[in-house]
Amino acid sequence: MEYLIHLAILFAIYAILGISLNLVVGYTGLLSVTQSAFYGIGAYATAILLTQTGMNFFFSVILGIIITAIVSFLMGIVLSKFNGDYYALGSFGFNIIIFSIFLNWQSLTRGPLGIPGISRPVLFGLDFSQNITFLVLAWIILAIIYFISRFIVNSSFGRVLKAIREDEKAIQVFGYNTFNYKMMIFVISAAMAGVAGALFASYITFIDPSTFTLNESIFIMAIIILGGLANLKGSILGALFLILLPEILRFVGFPTEIAAQMRQVVYGIILILLMLYRPQGLVGEYKL
Amino acid sequence: MPILKIKNLSKHFNGIRAVDDLSLEIEKGRITGIIGPNGSGKSTFINVLSGIIPQDKGFFIINGEKVVKVKPHNIAFYGMTRTFQDVRLFNQMTVLDNLLVVLTKRYAVGALFEKHNQLYLNKAKEILEKVGLWEKKSELAINLSYGQRKLLEIGRMLATSMVSGEPDIFLLDEPFAGLFPHMVKIVESIIKELKEQGKTIILIEHNMGLIRELCDHVFVMDEGKLLAEGEPAEVLEEKKVIEAYLGE
Repeated sequence: MEYLIHLAILFAIYAILGISLNLVVGYTGLLSVTQSAFYGIGAYATAILLTQTGMNFFFSVILGIIITAIVSFLMGIVLSKFNGDYYALGSFGFNIIIFSIFLNWQSLTRGPLGIPGISRPVLFGLDFSQNITFLVLAWIILAIIYFISRFIVNSSFGRVLKAIREDEKAIQVFGYNTFNYKMMIFVISAAMAGVAGALFASYITFIDPSTFTLNESIFIMAIIILGGLANLKGSILGALFLILLPEILRFVGFPTEIAAQMRQVVYGIILILLMLYRPQGLVGEYKL
Repeated sequence: MPILKIKNLSKHFNGIRAVDDLSLEIEKGRITGIIGPNGSGKSTFINVLSGIIPQDKGFFIINGEKVVKVKPHNIAFYGMTRTFQDVRLFNQMTVLDNLLVVLTKRYAVGALFEKHNQLYLNKAKEILEKVGLWEKKSELAINLSYGQRKLLEIGRMLATSMVSGEPDIFLLDEPFAGLFPHMVKIVESIIKELKEQGKTIILIEHNMGLIRELCDHVFVMDEGKLLAEGEPAEVLEEKKVIEAYLGE
């Protein structure tokens, strides 16, 4: 039962990451490969504030969101100079830079030693130190992120994002300063990933740089490509599938130690098959 | 009275002079044709004027305001809107959304808290009925025929005018190309209606019959330069214009 709860918490964290990335990639058409950097910034900000200042979880998450938003804003200014494949390469570069900072700024992040002893949240007198209560918190946050994202994509703003994805020059001609739209959604998306990072740090109670590699960004990309681009429910479906994948592999007879490794291989194969036969993903509304 | 003055405009691509020191004036409330053989610089001129590509030299005076650097998102605020020669729709959006997207708020924060309302829907319906596409409102733009795509683009241009209030200048880049006769009639009537409303229309077109019928004034371009100008009936008979089109 504890293991099921663990999977359900991980699912919530990855669903948040998937939804946040879908806003940028699926709805706006910006091929960003840097989501794990924001995930990490949120995690590190929360971990450092909780362990070194003894700050309340709620305020540390808020501060983590603000720090992630500021970093993403600065990165967004640089990335706004790029389009298409160059955008992907630029974001790729940022992911590597942020990872290197996690690894090498040892006075702040403790480098490869990581940060242990991160406390579980206590919010308004409610204690989330038990996994089952943490699960409730994670799912509530997932629901909030989902409804905020749904509000965004169903607004006029969301429609402009899709138009930017389809033909940025054409929508500009009608009076839209697309820089502002792209910047806003990039920062909102990063802030959401920061929330996922805060949840992860507080749940595992230990973080180190190995969680926030480029590989993780590709895994989050795999979630949204599998579930479906420009479809929020697709991100949830993708997260569910890829989190449960090692369990599915174990169920069909792979030994435990191989099942974990096979996850990488199988999601690589799934990505290739999807690109060949269903580029919009399971329930997606947009093809890359 | 000129609503738009173009002064010494130049745009070169790797040594090719697409637009070469072009100066001309567009009168308010008239349909002005821009013609010339393929590669004469007509579309480059429109693309520079609408900020899609930056000019190397020259400037514009739009409604009395000197404009040196045009950004695409500013042209609506200078009172201009346009269609594209190669039809640039938002392909994976519905026909209705292609119109709604240009009817709604321009500022990002304002747009975030705005849902499309009945007012926008009514306007979109009115325009889609005018271009004969209301029945296709839920279809993705990519699934339309070429002619329907052209009509939707013209509808989108009309929708812009309703929101920003005063676009006075309509740039139409080969709006009749590839249209069936009944579609040509729709576009013709839209252009005439715009003129009746006192709007200024700049029309790039290869169909000389339509140029003669619709335009009050014509500029002929060749190799990026102005070759001739005047009333269509006179200009189209000029020897140098015929030579530019047909060769010597």
